[in-house]
Parts: sequence; structure tokens; C-alpha cells
Amino acid sequence: MYFDLLIPSQLAGALIPDLILIIGAMLLLLVAVWGPETMARARLTGMLAIGVCFATFAAVVWLWHGQATASAGIIAVDAFRWATDCIILAATIIATTLMIDYSEREQLVSAESYVLLLLAAGGMMLLAASRDLIVVFLGIELMSIASYVLSGLDRRSSRGAEAALKYFLLGAFSTGFLLYGIALVYGATGSTDIETIGSVVTGANFNNPLLLAGIGMLIVGFCFKIAAVPFHMWAPDVYDGAATPITAFMAAAVKAAAFAAFLRVWIEAFPGATAAWMHPLQWLAALTMVGGNVIALQQKSMKRMLAYSSIAHAGYLLVTVVVANALGASAFLFYLVAYTLATMGAFAVVIALGEPGERNQQIADYAGLWNVEPWLAAAMAVFMMALLGFPIAGGMGFFAKFYVIDAALHAPHPQTALAVILVIASVISAGYYLGVVLVMFMKPRPADALVVRPVPTGTFLVIYLSAFTLLLFGILPNGFAALARESVPIGMVSSPARAPVAAAASR
Amino acid sequence: MIAEALFFSAVLFTIGVVGVLTRRNAIIIFMCVELMLNAVNLSFIALSRLHGSANGQVFVLFVMTIAAAEAAVGLAIIISIFRHHKSVDLRNINLLKG
Repeated sequence: MYFDLLIPSQLAGALIPDLILIIGAMLLLLVAVWGPETMARARLTGMLAIGVCFATFAAVVWLWHGQATASAGIIAVDAFRWATDCIILAATIIATTLMIDYSEREQLVSAESYVLLLLAAGGMMLLAASRDLIVVFLGIELMSIASYVLSGLDRRSSRGAEAALKYFLLGAFSTGFLLYGIALVYGATGSTDIETIGSVVTGANFNNPLLLAGIGMLIVGFCFKIAAVPFHMWAPDVYDGAATPITAFMAAAVKAAAFAAFLRVWIEAFPGATAAWMHPLQWLAALTMVGGNVIALQQKSMKRMLAYSSIAHAGYLLVTVVVANALGASAFLFYLVAYTLATMGAFAVVIALGEPGERNQQIADYAGLWNVEPWLAAAMAVFMMALLGFPIAGGMGFFAKFYVIDAALHAPHPQTALAVILVIASVISAGYYLGVVLVMFMKPRPADALVVRPVPTGTFLVIYLSAFTLLLFGILPNGFAALARESVPIGMVSSPARAPVAAAASR
Repeated sequence: MIAEALFFSAVLFTIGVVGVLTRRNAIIIFMCVELMLNAVNLSFIALSRLHGSANGQVFVLFVMTIAAAEAAVGLAIIISIFRHHKSVDLRNINLLKG
């Protein structure tokens, strides 16, 4: 399949998955408001939303399998986009499933939440596809505005309202930086198309102050969105205050999509200015890895602990952006799969054990879980080990970290220092990941501990399928790694100047 | 003219950033964010003229549309905060910490 992106009908063809998702979301909005607001209707909307996700998934797989290609244009038609889309859709399906069970527990009637999840996913898929800074901006805003509403979904909860306010104010603030960055880069290069920017920004003229300021602003804007230290202060509060399925969605999907756009812009637009952004990004990655893990050590609440853990993981993923080549991109995709499954799984366990009103979510509440719910405790242990990057028991998590370190060491500018910091940060993170395992397996169950309620079917499936997938691909990572290795951004494959890098990736 | 416009837009943007960082009223912070976005719009227009390309002007239309959507959602969130706390001052809103 070949799409000429200058012809509107063929551009629409290249956007089929995104169109299915957005049109599906619009129709679902009608379903949601077509009658009284009842639990049954909300549930139906949720089920249909999962259906829309699967239809989109089918379209993505169809285009991926058909090896669709396209002319240069505002959106990318490449394997990197399809792989990211699959991760985003999987995260959306999981979040929707969890949301259905969670609303039942909290007696929260909100059919619109599923529509908002789909709209946010639509923005994320645009981000994964964007090859033009206008599309990056539109994607980020579509994703963010839906997320602002999602984080304040439970109107009865003042914590939710506070989370939404903080997320909104800092999100809008960071959008300002991102936009100013885009404006300055446009001023320096005369284009918003990242391929054109990439051809203009070369070693000779990267000292243009307009361009340097623009790159700096873009880094600040993106780092806010991915919650890298020191731009992370919103993340723990927002993740803590939002409804748990939404927290899972934000920690996994929102971060993944923002990272995908970050990586693509960096790989395709700014390889010529490496000397300008290398040091700031290295420092940000190092600070994020160490800072996120050190603060996570002190957390008592499961949700806050996972929030800081997701900040630390943003640091590991930043290493792949610093590497900024095909090897980095494939390590990024592999890491994202492992991270999404482990984070979503861990939040699913938090939902399964939580009590109405978001209670019973302290780490201490998990004491002796092994004695009453051995399978649940074992699954949680797998997720913790996967986030830690432990071999065998952590499944894919180990290989995810392995590939990131491998990419860092084999980069054109080897990132040995970052690889060392990554390992040290992982050791620090053992303090709290293994702490949870310790509490679950070694501590006695307190006499006044709440009886664990039966786990709803959707949450049950999410927990055990995620754990199973993590373990399975932890034993057989090769197929997955090969797929990730082929899924590099189009700019890496098409540009002959960077051919050696692509060749290195296929080794 | 273009240099002056860019300088003016940088000043506006800085005022917006300083406002966000120093003020504690949610509505005022939101207005400062809008100021930042409009400063960027001014830059886009000036740079569009500099390059003689329409891209920058198209971008401005997108920014204005998105800013309107953001205002709708943002004000709704501020109203919901006011219902809970009877205040939109960030100093009074601190349930989440740790």
C-alpha cells in the first residue's frame, strides 16, 4: 500500500485507524447521552469503547501487515507509528476495562469517561504519527485536554478536583513552553515539517540563537509532559488524586505517547544539533532516574509510590532519547511494552484490593497478602520485579532494561555514564519494589486487615494476562525484540546519510 | 518591525511565566497562561512574515481554537474546585501531598 499524502483521500486512508477511533468516540458520545444516566448505560458505553479500540487495533494491524508506505508529509506511515499505536490501544483497552470495574465499586456513573479515554487515545495516536510540529501540538492538546477532564472525573471527590486543577494549570503552562519552542524553531528554520527542519539543522548552522532557544523550550515542554525531574512536581499529586484506572492510563499511555513524539522529533529534526542538546538531556535523564527512585523510597501510599516509580521510568526512557538512533528507538518500544504491562498490572492490583472511597491503598495494607490471596500476591510480585528489571521473575522487564543499556553503550556517542547511573538507579529502586514484595510475603496478615473482596472479571483478566505476557516474553523475548528492531521511525530508514545507524540496528 | 514584534512577544511571554510562578489565584494563573499563548501567536505571525510562508498563520488559527477548548475545560475545573473549597486560591488547596 502506498499513500500520497498530498491527496486528501489518500491522507484519510493513511489515517484510517485514527479516524475509526475518533468517529467511534463521537458515536459513543451519542450512546452515552441517549437516555437517562444509568450504571447500565455507562457499562454498555464502556463495552462499546473496548469494541472501538479493537476495531482500531485491527486497522492498525492491517496497515502494518500490508507494509503501508507513504510520501513525505505531515504524518508518518511507518512501523514505529503502528507499534506505538498498538501499545496505546492496549493501554486504553486495559484502562477502560479497569474503569468499568472501578465505577461499579465507587458507584461512579460516568459514561463520558469512556468517550474521553477514546479521545485521549486519538490524540496519542496522532502524536505517534506526527511528522509536523502542528500535528505534534494538536495531538498533545487533544490528549491533554481529555486527560484534564479525566483526572477530575469524580465530581464528588475534592481530591480529584484538586488533581484536575493542578494537572490543568501545569499542563497549560507547559503547553506554552512547547508552543514557544515550536515558534522559535519555525523562526530559525522556516518550516514546521520535521523532515525539512532536519535537513536545515546541520552542524554548520545549529548555533543560531533562535534555534537553540527553541530546542531548549521544546525540551522544557516535553519534559513537563513526560514528568522528568525537575519538571515532575505535578505528577505525584495528579496520579494520587485521580481515579486509579485514570492514573494507570496517565502513567502508561499519556507518557508513552508524549515520549513517542519526543523521540521522533529528536531523531528526525535535531540530529544535526546533537552538541546543543546532548548535555542538558543527559543531566535530565540522570536527575530523573536518581531523583524519582530516591523519593519513591519514602512513599507510604501505593499510588504515590507508583507515581514516583513512573517518574523514574521516564528517566530510563530518556536515555533512549539521548541515544536518538534506531537502536534507541527499538529499545524504547520494547521498554514501553514491558513498562505498560507492568504499570497497568500493578494499578489493577491496587484497584482489586482497594475499598470504596479509594481506601486500603497504603503499602502497609498489603501485609501478608500471600497468606490470603497467593495468586494476587504472586502477580503483584511479578509486576514489581518487572518494573525493577529482575531476570526471570521480572519477565520482560529485565530485557527491557538490558536493551536500553545496550543501546546506550552502542550509541554513536556512547553513553557509558548514563548506563552506569541507570544500573545504580535500578539498585536504589530495589529498595521499594522489593519492599512491597517483602511486605506481601514475609509480614504476617494483621488481625484487623480487611477481607479481600472477590476480584471482578475484567480486573482479574487484566492482572493475570499482563503477568502471563510479561513472564512469557521474558522467557522468549527474541520475537518481540526483532519486531521492535524493525519498528524504527521512517526518517531512520529513508535517509541515506544515516544508513550506517540503520545497519547497526539490524545486527 | 519583525525584530520589535519578536521582542515584544518575548516580553509578553516572560510576563506570563512570571505571573504563573508568583500568583496564587487559579483564575489569574490561567489568564497568565493565556497571555503566554498569545505571546506565541504574535511570534508566529511575525516569523510567518519573515519567512513569507503561511505555516505560521495557520498555526495561529490552531492555537486560538485549542486555547478556546482549553478555556472551556479549565474554567469548568476551576468551578468544580470552587464548589469543593469555596475558594480558588491555591494556598487553600492542599489535600494532596507527601
